[in-house]
Amino acid sequence: MAEFTLPKNSKVKKGKTFSAADGAKNKKTFKIYRWEPDSGENPRIDSYEINLDNCGPMVLDALIYIKNDIDPTLTFRRSCREGICGSCAMNINGTNTLACTKYISDSNRDIPVYPLPHMEVKKDLVPNLTHFYAQYASIKPWIQTQTAPPPDKERLQSKEDREKLDGLYECILCACCSTSCPSYWWNSDRYLGPAILLQAYRWIADSRDEYTGERLDDLEDPFRLYRCHTIMNCTNTCPKGLNPAKSIAEIKKLLVNRTL
Amino acid sequence: MASVKGPLSPHLTVYKWQITMVLSILHRATGVFLSIGLLLISYWLLSVASGTESFDNLSNHLNSWYGKAVLIAFTFSIYLHLCNGIRHLFWDSGLGFEIKTSNITGYITAIASVLLTVLSWVIGGGL
Repeated sequence: MAEFTLPKNSKVKKGKTFSAADGAKNKKTFKIYRWEPDSGENPRIDSYEINLDNCGPMVLDALIYIKNDIDPTLTFRRSCREGICGSCAMNINGTNTLACTKYISDSNRDIPVYPLPHMEVKKDLVPNLTHFYAQYASIKPWIQTQTAPPPDKERLQSKEDREKLDGLYECILCACCSTSCPSYWWNSDRYLGPAILLQAYRWIADSRDEYTGERLDDLEDPFRLYRCHTIMNCTNTCPKGLNPAKSIAEIKKLLVNRTL
Repeated sequence: MASVKGPLSPHLTVYKWQITMVLSILHRATGVFLSIGLLLISYWLLSVASGTESFDNLSNHLNSWYGKAVLIAFTFSIYLHLCNGIRHLFWDSGLGFEIKTSNITGYITAIASVLLTVLSWVIGGGL
């Protein structure tokens, strides 16, 4: 059953405020979710006012600036800083996105920064993604075949068949879409969520895969697939501009069509 | 290392409301509300079957300001559920998933259900 309020240990308290140095003209405040596993305290929101003249244009630049120059205890994941690794996925200005491809200038107000929604927090902006990855493994994200491969070449694919994977293969599994989905919030124990379903469709749509029927069998379930009610948060929030909602609709269509 | 069960990160309270999300929850709310309306219709039919007195009694309530408020709410619910239902039919056939399209059809749904509600009450002379 859906729990609409946060449990007692998760209620967010007001935290510390860090002001920018005097004389800073180009100032911006980041309100960042903090939680310290060893403190025994509830999460809090710390306010960091920073001088944008000392900082790059992206939200990730601001986070790195805060960690380097203001508060080294701030914890977050980041790696590639160019939107391809998916590490810095978080909730910024109320929607999920990658901090490294999100402009600070997109908002002229204070910028709230939270971890991906409805996830167990490990520390500050770092969520526990173990369950998400386990769900990914459950759809067998690799090519499955029955026929032997051609002895003298790879399994080839026509240009047209390859094009069917466009809009699917670009997914970096950052989990922005899944954690934006209210259905996933309430049913992530059994619902696979948009990211994993888009990945499932990526293998269903692959002309070289020979287990399409089995893949569809596995998805035909009131929870694994059909908790999608086309809320569209996934597509609206995808930092790579992909369309998980459409992929899910394609899976539903295939399931209907094969009974006809 | 002992692992502490971490807190649950905020969700509903921090997520930005968008037209698609609002209509989705309204679709469910109006659906629940309309199934309650089915009880009202059954009660109304029963009152017709039970004679003038019981029918007049219910009519008086339905024609009062609060009765009309409830009926207007039902009218709006049925139109919103209908218009959004048509939107869902297109989605089920794989159409209208682009962000722009789903936003436009969302606003059309919202505006159309308000207009249809007003039209029904004005033309029907129910006010």
